[in-house]
Amino acid sequence: MTQKEFLNIVTPFKDKVFRLAKRLLVSTEEAEDATQEVLIKLWNNKKRIGEYKNIEAFSMTMTKNFCFDKLKSKQAQNLKIVHSNYQDHNVALQKQVELNDSIDWVDRIMKELPEQQKLVIQLRDIEQYDFKEIAKMLDMNETAIRVTLSRARKTIREKLTKTHNYGVK
Amino acid sequence: MVLNNIENLLEKYENGETSLKEEQQLKDYFSQETVAPHLEMYKPIFCYFLENQQEQFTKHLPLKTKKVFNYKWLSVAAVTVLMVGFYFNRERGDFTTEEVQLAQQQVRESLELVSKHFNKGVSQVNYLGVIDKAGEQVAYLEEMNNPMGRIFKKN
Repeated sequence: MTQKEFLNIVTPFKDKVFRLAKRLLVSTEEAEDATQEVLIKLWNNKKRIGEYKNIEAFSMTMTKNFCFDKLKSKQAQNLKIVHSNYQDHNVALQKQVELNDSIDWVDRIMKELPEQQKLVIQLRDIEQYDFKEIAKMLDMNETAIRVTLSRARKTIREKLTKTHNYGVK
Repeated sequence: MVLNNIENLLEKYENGETSLKEEQQLKDYFSQETVAPHLEMYKPIFCYFLENQQEQFTKHLPLKTKKVFNYKWLSVAAVTVLMVGFYFNRERGDFTTEEVQLAQQQVRESLELVSKHFNKGVSQVNYLGVIDKAGEQVAYLEEMNNPMGRIFKKN
């Protein structure tokens, strides 16, 4: 397989891989590194690419696992310092001034969601995969995905309504 | 009518029951400039989703083509060279006895020439034997040690 053939296979979904990585890792640089890593892994295994039924789904699963590993190793390093940022309630007031743009609020709310919900929202609402594909990527059954999705969507809406009202009341 | 439809869709949406097509409808509706005021809070959500779809991966991908040197071909080449060598050797190997004798003769002559010159060289070097003779004469000086021995004894 030549580089060109490989790129032809990879190009349609490399942005999706990147966005999924960014959803989980937050930082753009880290997401870029993760995407690079995943694609290079694919390239090194290019002889076996023909064996995979759905390379896109396979890559998404790979990305998910890779990012989880990354997060886990980061947690082992210094999660406490990062986490304490979120515990300071006074920050919320300042943040509200900074983030008057509601879209930024959605972004903040998304970051607070549990990983599984982030994944499902990313794959469904942003990448628009159907439930079957998501089930394959995340190795979950479709009902579980629907439940997670519903929970995530409700959380986003509730939190957003709260922040909206907070300014008004 | 449209609003009613959207409200229904939103409820289904929150329960995770909408199809991709219905979700697209919602996205289309909320990407309009104006939406119903009581649904205002949904707008940023769908705008956020649409916005996030645009993000692209732009980093360069360093794809290395691994060139593994195949040692198998090295041995194939070596064997070929050997076989070609044997082939040409065998062609030249057929000499008649006369040719062999002639060659032997020539070798013997040249070796004799070498040994003759060598012997000549050796005979010239024989002259160095004179140095030995001189050495014997110098040994006479040993006798000087005898009187010296006596002198040191007396002291």
